[in-house]
Amino acid sequence: MPKDSGIGASSKRREDVRFLTGTGNYTDDINLNGQAYVHFLRSDVAHGRLTSVDTSAAEAMPGVLRVFTGADFAQVGGLPCGWQVTDRHGQPMQEPAHPVLAQDKVRHVGDPIAAVVAETREQARDAAEAIVPEIEDLPAVVDMKAALEEGAPKVHDDLDSNLCYDWGFVEENRDAVAEAIETAAHVTRLELVNNRLVANAMEPRVAVGDYSRATGESTLYTTSQNPHVIRLLMGAFVLGIPEHKLRVVSPDVGGGFGSKIFHYAEEAFCTFAAKALNRPVKWTATRAEAFLSDAQGRDHVTTIELALDADNNFTAIRTETHANMGAYLSTFAPSVPTWLHGTLMAGNYRTPLIYVNVKAVFTNTVPVDAYRGAGRPEATYQLERVIDKAARELGVDPIALRRQNFVTEFPYETPVAVAYDTGDYNATMDKLEEIADFDGFAARRAESEAKGLLRGRGVNCYIEACGIAPSNLVGQLGARAGLYESATVRVNATGGITVMTGSHSHGQGHETSFAQVVADMIGIDADMVEIEHGDTANTPMGMGTYGSRSIAVGGSAMVRAAEKVIAKAKKIAAHLMEASEDDIELKDGQFSVAGTDKSVAWGDVTLAAYVPHNYPLDEIEPGLEETAFYDPANFTYPAGAYACEVEVDPETGKVTIDRFAATDDFGNVINPMIVSGQVHGGLAQGIGQALLENTVYDESGQLLSASYMDYAMPRADDMPFFAVDHSCQTPCTHNPLGVKGCGEAGAIGSPPTVVNAVVDALQRGGHDVTHIDMPLTPARVWQAMQG
Amino acid sequence: MYAFDFERPTTIDAAVKALQSEEAQALGGGQTLIPTLKQRLAMPATLVSLTAIKEMQGICEDDQGRLCIGGATTHAQVAREAAGRYPALADLAANVGDPAVRNRGTIGGSLANNDPSACYPAAALASGATIVTNDREIAADDYFQGMFTTALEEGEIIIEVRFPVPQAAAYAKFEQPASRFALVGAFVARFDDGVRVAITGASEEGVFRWSVAEDALTADFSAGALEGLRLSGEGMISDLHGSGDYRAHLAGVMTRRAAAAGG
Repeated sequence: MPKDSGIGASSKRREDVRFLTGTGNYTDDINLNGQAYVHFLRSDVAHGRLTSVDTSAAEAMPGVLRVFTGADFAQVGGLPCGWQVTDRHGQPMQEPAHPVLAQDKVRHVGDPIAAVVAETREQARDAAEAIVPEIEDLPAVVDMKAALEEGAPKVHDDLDSNLCYDWGFVEENRDAVAEAIETAAHVTRLELVNNRLVANAMEPRVAVGDYSRATGESTLYTTSQNPHVIRLLMGAFVLGIPEHKLRVVSPDVGGGFGSKIFHYAEEAFCTFAAKALNRPVKWTATRAEAFLSDAQGRDHVTTIELALDADNNFTAIRTETHANMGAYLSTFAPSVPTWLHGTLMAGNYRTPLIYVNVKAVFTNTVPVDAYRGAGRPEATYQLERVIDKAARELGVDPIALRRQNFVTEFPYETPVAVAYDTGDYNATMDKLEEIADFDGFAARRAESEAKGLLRGRGVNCYIEACGIAPSNLVGQLGARAGLYESATVRVNATGGITVMTGSHSHGQGHETSFAQVVADMIGIDADMVEIEHGDTANTPMGMGTYGSRSIAVGGSAMVRAAEKVIAKAKKIAAHLMEASEDDIELKDGQFSVAGTDKSVAWGDVTLAAYVPHNYPLDEIEPGLEETAFYDPANFTYPAGAYACEVEVDPETGKVTIDRFAATDDFGNVINPMIVSGQVHGGLAQGIGQALLENTVYDESGQLLSASYMDYAMPRADDMPFFAVDHSCQTPCTHNPLGVKGCGEAGAIGSPPTVVNAVVDALQRGGHDVTHIDMPLTPARVWQAMQG
Repeated sequence: MYAFDFERPTTIDAAVKALQSEEAQALGGGQTLIPTLKQRLAMPATLVSLTAIKEMQGICEDDQGRLCIGGATTHAQVAREAAGRYPALADLAANVGDPAVRNRGTIGGSLANNDPSACYPAAALASGATIVTNDREIAADDYFQGMFTTALEEGEIIIEVRFPVPQAAAYAKFEQPASRFALVGAFVARFDDGVRVAITGASEEGVFRWSVAEDALTADFSAGALEGLRLSGEGMISDLHGSGDYRAHLAGVMTRRAAAAGG
C-alpha cells in the first residue's frame, strides 16, 4: 500500500502552488528602492588584445551613473577556482587569473569588457553602445587538439601553453594497463565526442547588489544553487568582505542544472558597484547573454579501449580524454573531467585495471563546468558505448556481456579509488527486462518495418557517485571546500517546526520531501513543518545543492538535527510525566511511558520548552532548537539499467524514440512522485543531448548556436512516455536515511541508451555503422547511412 | 529595443501614408520583426501596425473561385477557415510555429519577409497565387526574388493573397530541429493545366519551383513518378543543421511524400 504521508508518500509538491500561480519570488522579482541597472559590454571577438576602452561618450549619456572598466577592478581579486588538480607529474594545474572585467585581453565572445550603471536598463544599454573598445584581433583557438599544438596562440600569455593539466589516474597502473591491452584476447576501441551543452535553465541569471552605509553590510540577491559558497568565494577571494558583513540570498530559483553553482563576474560586479555608488544595482541576463556567459557543460573528446580475455571478461580499460575548460577556469571546472569522471570509469563492472588520462585545455570559448551529472555522464557514455561495440564485435548479447561482468559482491573496491557500499545490478536489469517488454520487441520491429522504418533497441547500465564526500578526502583530492551539509531544526512553542537547511531547492521539491522526513520522525502532519533555504542570514553555513547531494547529505544533516531535538524533547516529556527518560517513546506525535497509559502530546512538550514553568531547568536549557552538520563517510552509488527503442526513418535520418524504460536503484525513496519527476527531467536532458543539443563554435570562436533558432532544446513532443521504476532498493549503508540521490541519474544513463539503440537500428537495417557522435541529428544519421 | 513611434491605422490608405515617413517600417504579427527589434538589430523610427485594418483581415472567395486571404489574417485563422476550401493550405498554416506564433503571425507578414525557411512562400508559389498590394497585383512567379527579397517596393504592403484552389495538393515539411522552421518543405499542387512544385528551406535563392518534378507529376501524379529524380546540392543552404546535399536529398523525399499525400 502506498503511504499517504511521511517517508515514502507521493505527497504533492507544496511549492508548486506558488510556482504554478505566478506567486513565486524569483531574483528578478526583487526590486529595491533607488535601484540602478547595469548593462555589460561584452566582447564580440573571441580573442584580442584590449588596448584601450574609451568610455567618455558613454559617461555623458542620459541617466548614466558610472561606467566601469577592468581598471576599476585592478585592485580586486579575480574569480577564484575552487578545485586544484595535480597533474601526472605531481605538478599543480596551470591556473590563470579570471578578472571580473577584462584587463588586457578578451578571451571569448561574451567576455565582459565594461559595465554601465544607469537609472534605467535601456539607458545602460544605450550608453554601452557608445563605449569604444580598441581590440587588436588575435587568432582564436577553438579546437582542443589544435590548441595543444606547438606554436598555437595562447589563451593566457603568462601560462606555458593552453594545457591546464595532464592528469593520469591511477598513474601507477599506466604500464600494467598498457600491457593488459597489448596481451588481451580482444580489444575494442572507440573514439567519440561528448557534445558541449548550454544549460538553459528556464530562469536566466540575475544579480542584485545592495549596500548599507549605516551598517556596512553588503547584500547580494542572486540566482545561485549555493548562496553560502558564493558568500565565501566572493567575500574572501574577490571583494574582501568578511562573512558577517555579507549576506547572500538565493530565493526561488528557476532551474540550475549546475550552471548556477559557480561564482560569476556579474555577482561580484553588482555587489562591488552597489557599494561604490551607494545604490542597489541590478542585472538580469537576456537569453542571448546566457548563451555567452553561463558556464557550459561536457565537451570531451575521448578515445577508449576495452580489453577482454578469451571468455569475454573485462581485463582492462584505458581512456584518453581532451576536456575543454573554455577561456577561464570556472569555479569547479578542473574537478569535472578528473575526480567526477575518472573515479566512475569502472561503471557497474569488475575490471581489474583502469587507466584514465585527461588533458584539460584552454580555448577561446565560454568556460565549461559541471552540468547535470558532471563527469559521470561522460564516463558512462564512453564506457557503455564501448561495451556495446565490443558485444557487436564479439557477436554476444549486449545484456549478457554486461551481466557477466557485473560487480555482484559488496562492498566493492574499484581500481579507481572508490568503494561501492551496496547495489544489485542484476536486480535492476531483471526489472528492466520486465518493464521494457523485451518479449514484444520482435513484433514491434515487424510493425516498424511495415511502415518503412528501422527499429532498434539500446540497453545500458550506469553507476554514479553522489554526495561527494568526505571532506577530508576531497581536500586531499584538491577541493578548496568542505562537502558537508547543515540543518537547523527550530521547534516553535506550539509545535510547528521551521527547518533551515543549507541545501538549496531550485526545482527539486525539497520543501515537500524534506518536510516529509521530519514529520515522519516525530509522527506529525507534514503541514506542521516548513523548510527554509537560500538565505545566509538565517541558515547555517551550507554547501548547497548539486551532484544529487541534497537528500543524502542535506537530508542526513536534517535527520541528525531532528534526532537531537527528539532526544531533548524526550527529556522534557520524562519530566512532565515524572518518568525515566529511558522509558519515553515517541509515536504519532505522542510521548508515552513504556508499559503505562501515561502520555503527553508533542505540542505539550514544545510549549513546556518555551514556557518552562514545569521544566527541568537545572538539567537542560529552555527552548527546542538544534543544529547539525553532517559530513558523509562515503559517496552514495545510485545505479540502474535503461532501455529504449527507436525508429529511424531511413529516408530522412530522423530518429524517434518510441519507448524508454528506466530502472533505478536510489536506495530508500522519500517521495516516489518527486523521484519519478527527477528521473523524467534527467531523461529529457539526456535525450536532448543525444538527439538535439549542440554548442557549435566556428573557427574564429563565434558561437553559431547562440539562440533557440539554432540550439535545439528538447520539447515535450520529442519525448516518449517513460516507464520509470525505482522499486529495486539497496539502501545506502552509511547515511541515516539509506538514500542515494536521484537528480542526475536520468541525464547520465540516457545518452548511451539512445545511441546504442540507433546503432542497433541501423545495423539491423543492414547499415555498417558502428558509431555516430551526438547529437544524432537527422543530417548526421542520414550521412552515416550513406557510408 | 530602441525607442520608436507607433502607429496603428485603420485603413489601407492611412497605412500607406504612414509608411511614407522616414524610416517607417510595417509591422504585421511581429513574429520576426519584434525579436529583431529586441536584439537591437533594426532601428525603425516608426512602426506602422497593420493589425487594425479590418479590410485586410479574413478569408473569402472571389468570382474566379480563388481563395482570397487578407494580408493581416493570422495563421490560426487560415488554419480554421481555409480547411474546407483548401485543406493543404490550412494544414500548412496549422503547422507554422506554435499556437502563440499562429495567433499573431500573418500571411502578409510571412510573404513580405520571405524567410528562406518559411512555409507560406511554398504555398503561394506552388498555388500560383497572386499577391495583391496597395498598388498592384504580382504573380507569385514574379514575386519571390531570393532570400528575404521580394518584388515589393519600399512602403508597399500586401493587402491580400489570392490562391487558385488546386484539384489536389499537399505540403510536406521536414523541420529544422531547433527552430522548427522548414529545413526543407515541398508544396505540390495539381491543377487542370499541370502540377506545380515549390521547395522552401533548401536553396540559397529562397523558395523555388522544381520544374523537373512538375513535369514528372504532370505526366503521372504519384510518388512513383518522382523515382530517380534528384536535385543537386549545389546552391543549397549548408549550415549546422545539414549540408546542401542533405537538403537536396530531403527535397526529393518531401516532394514524394507530398505527392503521395495529395494523390
